[in-house]
Amino acid sequence: MSSVRLTRGSGLGLGVALLWFSLLVLIPLAAVVATAAAGGWDGFWQAVTNEQTAAAIRLTVGTALLVTVVNVVMGTLIAWVLVRDRFPGQRALEVLIDVPFALPTIVAGLVLLSLYGPDSPLGLDVANTRAAVFLAFLFVTLPFVVRTVQPVLAELDREVEEAAASLGASRLATFRRIILPALAPAIAAGAALSFARGVSEYGSLVLLSGNLPLRTEVTSVRILSSIENDNLGNAAAVATVLLAISFAVIVALDVIQRRVGRRG
Amino acid sequence: MGRGRGPGRWVARAIVTAYLVLLVAWPLWLVAQHTIADGLDGLRGIVDDPDVVHALRLTVVVAVVSVVLNTVFGVGISLLVVRYAFPGKRLLNALLDVPLSVSPIVVGLALVLVYGGRSGWFGPALESAGLQVIFSTPGIILATTFVALPLVIREVVPVLEEIGTEQEQAAQSLGATAAQTFRRITLPAIRWGVTYGVVLSLARSLGEFGAVKVVSGNVLGETRTATLVVEEKYLNFDQGGAYATAFLLALVAVACIVVVSIIRPKEGPR
Repeated sequence: MSSVRLTRGSGLGLGVALLWFSLLVLIPLAAVVATAAAGGWDGFWQAVTNEQTAAAIRLTVGTALLVTVVNVVMGTLIAWVLVRDRFPGQRALEVLIDVPFALPTIVAGLVLLSLYGPDSPLGLDVANTRAAVFLAFLFVTLPFVVRTVQPVLAELDREVEEAAASLGASRLATFRRIILPALAPAIAAGAALSFARGVSEYGSLVLLSGNLPLRTEVTSVRILSSIENDNLGNAAAVATVLLAISFAVIVALDVIQRRVGRRG
Repeated sequence: MGRGRGPGRWVARAIVTAYLVLLVAWPLWLVAQHTIADGLDGLRGIVDDPDVVHALRLTVVVAVVSVVLNTVFGVGISLLVVRYAFPGKRLLNALLDVPLSVSPIVVGLALVLVYGGRSGWFGPALESAGLQVIFSTPGIILATTFVALPLVIREVVPVLEEIGTEQEQAAQSLGATAAQTFRRITLPAIRWGVTYGVVLSLARSLGEFGAVKVVSGNVLGETRTATLVVEEKYLNFDQGGAYATAFLLALVAVACIVVVSIIRPKEGPR
């Protein structure tokens, strides 16, 4: 589709939109980085390598990676079942996928606590353990891989698969050689989103993980306690690490989408 | 791999169903059960509590304002990004998704650093002009608008790309003004995309917690929102109140999702 040059009216609109976006998003985020930089490299390094903070960053990134791996497998499987299978109750499953996206995170924590907390009817109590952090991340990141893979899978040409099968390819070979390469960019994009969401999670952990220093405390909680102690410099330094991770994810996504665009 | 063949299909079905039931459906059901087990006293209790009522009202006002802001901004910027060429467009496109992957706590911190009344970049000037942002309603609105910002855009941009510009060009060549073209041609075409975006933004805005916690100061009866009530009640051992408020919020969230799933046309060949 052809794009046109800006007219006077649309130029003005763009100006107003950019002003609002800057005041709301860009300037505040720049303030985080600037505040972190104002503390100098030493200050930044000290804030980030503080024993408690470093433990929180390790736990957050490690758990988010683990959850992303689970999401890649389960998300692809869920997308597969939703697209290629038909059974009663499927519509309900579709709704369940989106629930973590719309549910307030503090409510998500309470919800998980009801099945995996002290009063668990399953006898599974993960409250205040690292497993709780894993569980919370798993819950809030559920939709991402499913929702990016699903449309691509629905568009996939069945004839190629049937041709491969008729030429004697096993199911596994068809999956590995035909389906997986076509889905890979969507899976990667979903994985990136899921990782970014996990790393930045806060609300669902408040009631669930106990925020125990060095054990179940995640990066967002560290930043919040710095804010509450009125140490904004420290908070900004740790926040900059999270921003750098989000930025890396966005760049990765952009690259992936560009590659897909070229292929299509 | 087609449908209706082999036991693999049943295994996949069972795994997926079990996973979603254990992760989402069962826990959700238990919260509903907890709330109803209290004989709805919990629900009545929160409706009778003036502080909770105030929090609910504040949450709704904030959500509505931020949904309006994000809808106007989202539709406008989507039109600009899809229809016009300008330098830095690719960068802007990438930046528009940033709020989705920023931690809510970082969002709160960022807003405090700029609009904080004591040491923020703009805060002291705004406060001497009589506008308090942080620890007040405008700050809560900013935080909520920030976190929900990309949702309308993400729904509208693909629709705009798909419908193309032929009809708009035809309308304009027949003498329609820009406003007429937008109202008669573009808006009806993107109507559903905007609707999904609005419903999703509403769900997200009603439920924002972390960013609001940082900027609101959480003052009882003033800047405490519904999600903050859940936390406060739970931590103060008022489990009934916490479950009842959480139940209300979950009900609205699930209703939003169901509405979207009903009105969204089925994509792809089915």
